[in-house]
Amino acid sequence: MLFFEQLLNGLQLGVMLFLMSAGLTLVFGIMQVVNLAHGSFYMIGAYVAATVTMHSGSFMLGLLAALPAAALAGMVVELLILRRLYHRDHLDQVLATFGLIFFFNELTRIIWGRQPLFMDVPPWLAGSVELLPGVNYPVYRLAIIAVGILVALFLYLLFARTRLGMQIRAGATNREMVAALGVNIRLLYTLIFGLGTLLAGLAGVMAGPILAVEAGMGESILILTFVVIVIGGIGSVRGALVGAVLVGVVDTLARSFLPDLFRLFLDSSAADRMGAALASMSVYIFMALILTCKPAGLFPVND
Amino acid sequence: MATILVFGLLLTLPWLLDLIDQQYLLSLATRVLIYGLAASSLNLILGYGGMVSLGHAAFTGIGGYTVAILAFHSYEKTPILGWLPWLQGTENGLVAWPLAMALAALFGLITGAISLRTKGMHFIMITLAFAQMVYFFFTSLDTYGGSDGLALYGRNQLPVLDLGSDRNFYFLCLGILLTFLYLTYRLVHARFGRVLIGSRENEQRLQVLGYATFGYRLFSYCLAGAAAGLAGALLVNQGEFVSPGLIHWTRSGEIMVMVLLGGMGTLTGPVLGAAALLLLEEYLAMYTEHWMVILGPFLILVVLFARGGLHGLLFGQKEGS
Repeated sequence: MLFFEQLLNGLQLGVMLFLMSAGLTLVFGIMQVVNLAHGSFYMIGAYVAATVTMHSGSFMLGLLAALPAAALAGMVVELLILRRLYHRDHLDQVLATFGLIFFFNELTRIIWGRQPLFMDVPPWLAGSVELLPGVNYPVYRLAIIAVGILVALFLYLLFARTRLGMQIRAGATNREMVAALGVNIRLLYTLIFGLGTLLAGLAGVMAGPILAVEAGMGESILILTFVVIVIGGIGSVRGALVGAVLVGVVDTLARSFLPDLFRLFLDSSAADRMGAALASMSVYIFMALILTCKPAGLFPVND
Repeated sequence: MATILVFGLLLTLPWLLDLIDQQYLLSLATRVLIYGLAASSLNLILGYGGMVSLGHAAFTGIGGYTVAILAFHSYEKTPILGWLPWLQGTENGLVAWPLAMALAALFGLITGAISLRTKGMHFIMITLAFAQMVYFFFTSLDTYGGSDGLALYGRNQLPVLDLGSDRNFYFLCLGILLTFLYLTYRLVHARFGRVLIGSRENEQRLQVLGYATFGYRLFSYCLAGAAAGLAGALLVNQGEFVSPGLIHWTRSGEIMVMVLLGGMGTLTGPVLGAAALLLLEEYLAMYTEHWMVILGPFLILVVLFARGGLHGLLFGQKEGS
């Protein structure tokens, strides 16, 4: 029963990671840009949602304000800075987006102060439901899982079934050819970047009621997001989905069961320490194992 | 001429600071030298070898913790790890520092053997992942302070030199940095360096020529790790404190920023970068607590408009390497 509950928790973390990694891997796959500042848009989403929700009392209003805010911030960054770095080395992109992290973290400290904000779960999503006899699970976490599945479906339809999706995929393969066919590729890139940061903002909004909203909150999830896209195969949205669920489940299960596992052959305090240490390292060990076998990730994108 | 001037300045700095009554700046200068060493070691693999490692702080962390843990057991008179009675702690730098370098190099050997199989973005991420493992490993060691870190009672001991004196410590760091720069210079101008630089430009071609490039790259990765481990050992000696913060990924990013800011692939660039970043932090922090809001855009401007870093700005184009 506990196992089932933890599996759902892992799935919920996986869904959040998918929202983050879908945007990041899109941007990397299409524009070849390493964006370390992706977590900043997650943070912007969370802060705007928390502020608007606090003042209006409505979570929906908070969500509706946060999504365009994250998308807009993303598009401004793309227009002003990243656009100039498409043809540069990954190293230049790392340095510039590292500067962006400094800037955004400190900016939120100036605007909102150093104290974290706390967001409540909206009343209509509070409480829990009995999924199986004896297993109660919070509605809010189920809602997160549902949103993640909907977004995955939306992205699939966008890429596989629409004209815009076709242009995006074509643009990734041959930028010049698509531009020659009369598609405004610069605008397309800005829009894709905005879509990616919007998804990061969405993840931030949903994380708000679960975690503390504070400056630097983007970095802890950012690293996990990178682990996800590297495991999944950089540039592959399908890989991001599979990688995110794998990482979410591995992380959650390791944290809840490794200490118990070690208790089988160690005394309890040593087992707790070893278990906790290995649990926080588990996703990185998992990643190293996968890359040892498949250096390009599970779903490599051919280029 | 400029070189002699800089040498003169570095050698007389403690007395110059006495003269203008700013002795507290000596510890800042020492930190610049130590971070200069860390950045130069990253430059060896990043600038010359083209290996974009975003996990370099792991090496400094391993070096720093080696020194701190040995000192801890020396005060406590307990065996290391609690179960090796013949393994005692020590405050002797001649034991602790080589061990710090050896452990960092060993970590480099194991992780490098896996990481160097990957390329580009994957290499960036896998080095980051290994550093995160080290970060969480030390965070979980409650005996050594966990996430709060571990304070030392004093610096390591060396046979002749009293490291308790900040001035002595400054000269030691200066000597080590200059030695490392000299070694790097000799290395990149020898056949070894040619192969390393060549494998940055076109690894396949070198392999066709019959060079086992993997071995060269792995060796330089371990060498850089050992030097960064020594930098970590010095850093912990300087501050008499170690914490997992030393290994946080933003710290790796900062070391990388130093290399790029100063000019990668140049001998003195990384040291310039370390000096620039640390001085800028110190200077901006005097004016506002929100100095990062200025530093961030500054870094972006450097990327956009000052390619080749400070070294490029000061001395024109890159050194022929």
